[in-house]
Amino acid sequence: MTTLTLRNLTAHYGATKVLDDLSLDVGSGELVALLGASGCGKTTTLRLVAGFLRPTTGTIQLGNTDLTRLPAHKRNIGLVFQNYALFPHLTVRDNVAFGLKQRGLGKARRGPRVDEILDRVGLSALAGRLPGALSGGQRQRVALARALVIEPTLLMFDEPLSNLDAKLRIEMRVEIRELQRANRTTAIFVTHDQEEAFSISDRVAIMEAGRIRQFDRPETLYSRPANAFVARFVGFENLIPLTVTARDASRVTAEGEGGIVMTLSEDGLGPIPDRFILATRPDGLRVSHGDHGIPARLGLRTYVGRAYHYQAETPAGHLVASGPLGQPRGAGETVRLTPEPEQCSILAPEDAS
Amino acid sequence: MTGRLHPALIAFAVLIYLFLMGPLVIVIGAALSDTGYLTFPPQGLTMHWFERIFEMSAFRRTMVTSFQVAAISTGCALVIGIPAAYALNRYRVQLPGWLSTLFVLPVLIPEIVLGFSLLRSIQVGAGLPVVSTLIIGHTLLVLPYAVRVISASLASFDFSIEEAAISLGSPPVKTFFTIVLPNVKAGVIAAIFLAFITSINDVSVALFLTGPGISTLPIQILAHVEQFFDPVIASVSVLLMVLTVIVMAVVERTLGLTFLTK
Repeated sequence: MTTLTLRNLTAHYGATKVLDDLSLDVGSGELVALLGASGCGKTTTLRLVAGFLRPTTGTIQLGNTDLTRLPAHKRNIGLVFQNYALFPHLTVRDNVAFGLKQRGLGKARRGPRVDEILDRVGLSALAGRLPGALSGGQRQRVALARALVIEPTLLMFDEPLSNLDAKLRIEMRVEIRELQRANRTTAIFVTHDQEEAFSISDRVAIMEAGRIRQFDRPETLYSRPANAFVARFVGFENLIPLTVTARDASRVTAEGEGGIVMTLSEDGLGPIPDRFILATRPDGLRVSHGDHGIPARLGLRTYVGRAYHYQAETPAGHLVASGPLGQPRGAGETVRLTPEPEQCSILAPEDAS
Repeated sequence: MTGRLHPALIAFAVLIYLFLMGPLVIVIGAALSDTGYLTFPPQGLTMHWFERIFEMSAFRRTMVTSFQVAAISTGCALVIGIPAAYALNRYRVQLPGWLSTLFVLPVLIPEIVLGFSLLRSIQVGAGLPVVSTLIIGHTLLVLPYAVRVISASLASFDFSIEEAAISLGSPPVKTFFTIVLPNVKAGVIAAIFLAFITSINDVSVALFLTGPGISTLPIQILAHVEQFFDPVIASVSVLLMVLTVIVMAVVERTLGLTFLTK
């Protein structure tokens, strides 16, 4: 079992706190993505685990080994860097063999293992080349092979795909996932790209300001964000703060800014606290006529393939709603916006999250 | 734009080349003259003055001293300069900006002042022998060049390569020699040549630190000029020039000189 356990990690750059009491459990063979904007602490977390930084407090445990004070070169972690970090003066073969050489393996024993891994990433024909003569995708495959060949206890990827073009990026992430699965290696994947993180990870930790805001399966994060930050991050563009004014069985009447009144059902949304935020994506807020919902004046209409999105001015502020393709509406029209319960999330008010 | 150049521009360019090449031509010409005094154009051609250099023990001795001092101070500059340049680049973010300026300071101090203060402090003051003070002086003189050139090389080195090596199990010190150094080889070689040439050609610092009996080649040239007016001086100059040109050609062929302007 090679689970990775981070306990109460705090880290500083000078006087600046960059990680704030971070704890994380990565299961054996699991791929976990650390997702967040730059400066959220995801790379710092990776560098702490790699041993390039020392935590101010907290512990790092990998399998049965306490890594916290272990020098970086003794950790047996396979790292794949954003800029590949291949050794420019060594051939592809020597790049891949480097880690085995450090482990004292003779040439005779290194050879077959290097050949095998180069074959698996499809680079056998380029073994004699220098990294400078390779394309971005090929370089990333060498980096991958170099990290895998040492049979690491933990694999870590630091934004490995951000220097590749869109098509290659998707190809490579599938390849990374397949290799990680095949070897059952515990893995950490640092990225700022939500689609990338969600598509290949078992679980995703969404980070902000040195803390993990939510750690869950991608499906859960996408449909049931735990707080306003995560909701915004996964595309819930409309966050409407509301206060319950009346309850009648499972029906709840709530009021918000600008005097808006909404009637919601706990059947679809789950229990509703007295103060809450109603979060929806544009697709969960429909343009309609009638007398229910939030009164709105439509602004710019954009075409997003399956529907139209409308910028809308409401008493509760600026919202983004959607309408069917059949009935495009013009700017300036006065409508009502009604939430689709199955596409909404109820969140705790921001100051409490 | 047409591809044709204005004749005046061509003439101007030729004049500039003549201005730059003129002294070289005159010195080479004077070195080959078979008169007993410096003159140009040469009256007849001879290699006699080149032979004379090696017949005169003062030139032979000072040449050896010059080479010894240059070799040792270059070595010292590397031993100090490589780790300094590494630290300045590796920890650029963490280190204060003025720290790298510190290593360029000796260039800003007039060499005469450097020579004089070394004479006062370590030669007379501490009583160190001439060769040792020369080595110390020249190490100070060439260190800024070494740090600067190696830094230029390290500036384009991606330190995540070093981290990759460490993560693959290579201890940090070993990583420096097997991964970092081979990738800044160009800068180190350039630093060696630059330091060596700077030391060999130095007059100002050596002027103060050399004494009776022990001198460097440029100081010996100076002493010789003060007493004699024969073409030996020209031939020694040509010899130094040829040496410099060879070194520069080697650097240019192996690494290109563009990095000097970085």
